[in-house]
Amino acid sequence: MTPVTGRTEQPLAGLEIEDLRVTFDGFAAVDGVGLRVGPGDLRFLIGPNGAGKTTLVDAVSGLAPATGSVRFGGRELLGRPVHRIVRLGIGRTFQTATVFENLSVLQNLDIAAGSRRRPHTLLRQRRGVPEEVEQALETIKLTAHRDRAAGSLAHGQKQWLEIGMLLVQNVRLLLLDEPVAGMSHEEREATGQLLRTVGEDRTVVVIEHDMDFMRSFATSVTVLHAGRVLSEGTVAEVRADPRVQEVYLGHAVGEEA
Amino acid sequence: MTAYLLKRRTTLAGYALAAPLLFAVAPAAMSDFRLEQLARYLCFAIVAVGISLAWGRGGMLVLGQGLFFGLGGYAMAMHMKLADAGAGNLPDFMLLYGSTDELPWWWEPFRSPAVALAAVVLLPMALAAAIGYAVFRRRVRGAYFAILSQALAAAFAILLIGQQATTGGTNGLTNFGGFFGFSLHDPVNRRMVYFIIAGTLLALMLLTRQLFLSRYGELLVAVRDSEERVRFLGYDPALVKLGAYTLSAGMAGLAGALFVPAVGIISPALVGIVPSIQFVIGAAIGGRASVAGAVLGAVAVAWAQTTLSEEFPAGWTYFQGGLFVVVVAFLPGGLASLWHLATRRRRSRAGETGRVVAAA
Ligand SMILES: Nc1ncnc2c1ncn2[C@@H]1O[C@H](COP(=O)(O)OP(=O)(O)O)[C@@H](O)[C@H]1O
Ligand SMILES: [Mg+2]
Repeated sequence: MTPVTGRTEQPLAGLEIEDLRVTFDGFAAVDGVGLRVGPGDLRFLIGPNGAGKTTLVDAVSGLAPATGSVRFGGRELLGRPVHRIVRLGIGRTFQTATVFENLSVLQNLDIAAGSRRRPHTLLRQRRGVPEEVEQALETIKLTAHRDRAAGSLAHGQKQWLEIGMLLVQNVRLLLLDEPVAGMSHEEREATGQLLRTVGEDRTVVVIEHDMDFMRSFATSVTVLHAGRVLSEGTVAEVRADPRVQEVYLGHAVGEEA
Repeated sequence: MTAYLLKRRTTLAGYALAAPLLFAVAPAAMSDFRLEQLARYLCFAIVAVGISLAWGRGGMLVLGQGLFFGLGGYAMAMHMKLADAGAGNLPDFMLLYGSTDELPWWWEPFRSPAVALAAVVLLPMALAAAIGYAVFRRRVRGAYFAILSQALAAAFAILLIGQQATTGGTNGLTNFGGFFGFSLHDPVNRRMVYFIIAGTLLALMLLTRQLFLSRYGELLVAVRDSEERVRFLGYDPALVKLGAYTLSAGMAGLAGALFVPAVGIISPALVGIVPSIQFVIGAAIGGRASVAGAVLGAVAVAWAQTTLSEEFPAGWTYFQGGLFVVVVAFLPGGLASLWHLATRRRRSRAGETGRVVAAA
C-alpha cells in the first residue's frame, strides 16, 4: 500500500533539546528547558498561557535567538538562519494561520513544494499539478478547492492548508502551534485524524490547550510552566501528576487549560 | 481553467493589437516630431515595465529608478560622444570647458561599442544587485526602502552636477551626431531608433508577463504578501526580491540608453528625484500589478505632461499629484483594476466566483 501522506526519503529523526534559554530584556521566557521527542512521536506540548510554548517553537525554528542546544537528527539547529533550518526538514505553523491569501490553494502548495527546486526551473510556468501536491491535496481534503484563493477558505481549511504546505515541503519534524484553536468539534476531529496520518512517518510536536483533544490523539505529553518543564510522560501519567494539577489552579486536568 | 484561458486570450489579443499600432499605424499617421515624442514616452514605459515587476509584484516601492535610467543613459551618451569626437579626440564639451586635456580613465572603456552596449544594462544591474543585497539582507523595506532609493537617485544627480568637467554638469551630455555609425540628422535613422525602442518595449513586456506567469512570479507575490512565511518555506526572500529589483534596474538602464538617441540628451534633471517619482506615478495610475496597465499609465502620464503642461504649466503638477493620491488611496490597482473588476463581474455572472484574479 502506498502511504497517502507523501514520500519521506529520509528516515525518522528525533528532537533533542538541552538547557534551552530564551530571554527578552532579562525575562527568561524559556528558562533551561530539556526535552527529547523520539523519532515518530506525536508529542503534545501543553501549559498555561505565557508558559513559553510558542517561544520554544520560535527558538527551534530559528525565529527567536536562544542559547543551549537544539539538535534534530544529530544536527545542531541553533545559530542557523530560518530558511536553512527549514531545509534540514523542520516546518512549523503559527498560532494564526498564515497562508498566502492572494494565491490559490494550488499555488500555495506549489510554492511550498518548490524551495528545493533548482532556481532555473522557477522561471517556467507550472504545467499540471505536481504529484506531491496532488497527494497533499488529498490528505488535507482540499482537492475540490484547489483553485480557490486561500484567503477565501474557512478557518479550519486554512490550518489544513498550512499543514499541507509542510507535507509538500517534505518536512520530517512538524511544529504546530495551536492548530485546532477556534475550530468546530467536527473540524477538530478531522484535524486529529490528519495529525495521525501525518505522524505515521514523521515526528510531530503539537502545542495545544484543549485537553479532550490531547487525550484523544497524544502519544506523549510535556507540560511547560513558567519557562520550565513541569512534567512529562503519557497522558495518564501527566494527568496524575499533582504539580500539574496545581498549576491548572486545582482543577483536574481535563476540564480547562 | 476557462477563466485562465479567457484571460490569456484577451492578453494575447492585446499584444496582437499593440504590435501593428506601434509598428505600422503610428509611423504612418504621425509626423516625425510626434513620433519622436512617442519614442520618448515609450522609453518611460520601459521603465514602467520594470516598476510593475519590482513594485507591483515584488512590493518594493522603487522611488529611485532615475539612478538606473541615468546610468544607462550616461553610459550610452559617453559612447556616442566619444564616437562623434573620433579616435584620439576629446568630446566637444570637454574642449569647451577647457579644464581637462586628457580623457578621464573611466571614459576610456566606453569607446568600445560592445562595452558600452553591455554597460547600459550591466552597470545598473550590478549596482542594483549590490544595493539590494545590502538592503534586503538587513530586512529594510516599506517606506525605508523607498526613501533610501530616492536618496540614492538624488545623490547621483548631485554627483553629476558637481563633476562639470567630466560629465557636463547641469547641462548633461547633448548634441549627438551619430548612433553606432548612423547619422542622427537623417530622419530615416531617427525612425529606426523609434522602431528599436518599440520593439524593445514589446519584448520586455512579453518577457515580464512570462515572468509573472512563472513560478518565480507566484513566489514574488508570496514574498510581497508575507515575507516571513516564505522564509519558513525554506526560501531566502532577500534573493527573491533581489532578482526582481535587479531586473527592474536593468530595464531602467536600457530605457535610459535608448532615450539618448531618441531625445538627444541626458542630464541630471532626468535622473533625480522628480523624474524618479514620475516614473512611479505613471505605473501607479495605470496599474502597477499589470504590465499593460503600467505601460499605458506611463505613456498617458508622459503624454499629458507634455500636452497639458504647455498650456497649464502650474496646474499640471497639482493635477498629477492629485490624481496620484486619488488612485493610490481609492484604486490601489490603478485604472487596470477597473478592467479586472469589469471582467470579474462578467465572469461571476457567468457563475465563476472566488477564483484568483489578483495574482493572475
Ligand atoms: N517578543 C517578546 N518580547 C517580550 N516578551 C515576550 C516576547 N514573546 C513572548 N514573550 C513573553 O514570554 C512569555 C512566554 O510567551 P509565549 O511563548 O508566547 O507563551 P505561550 O505560547 O506558552 O502562551 C510570556 O510571558 C510573553 O509575554
Ligand atoms: Mg502561544
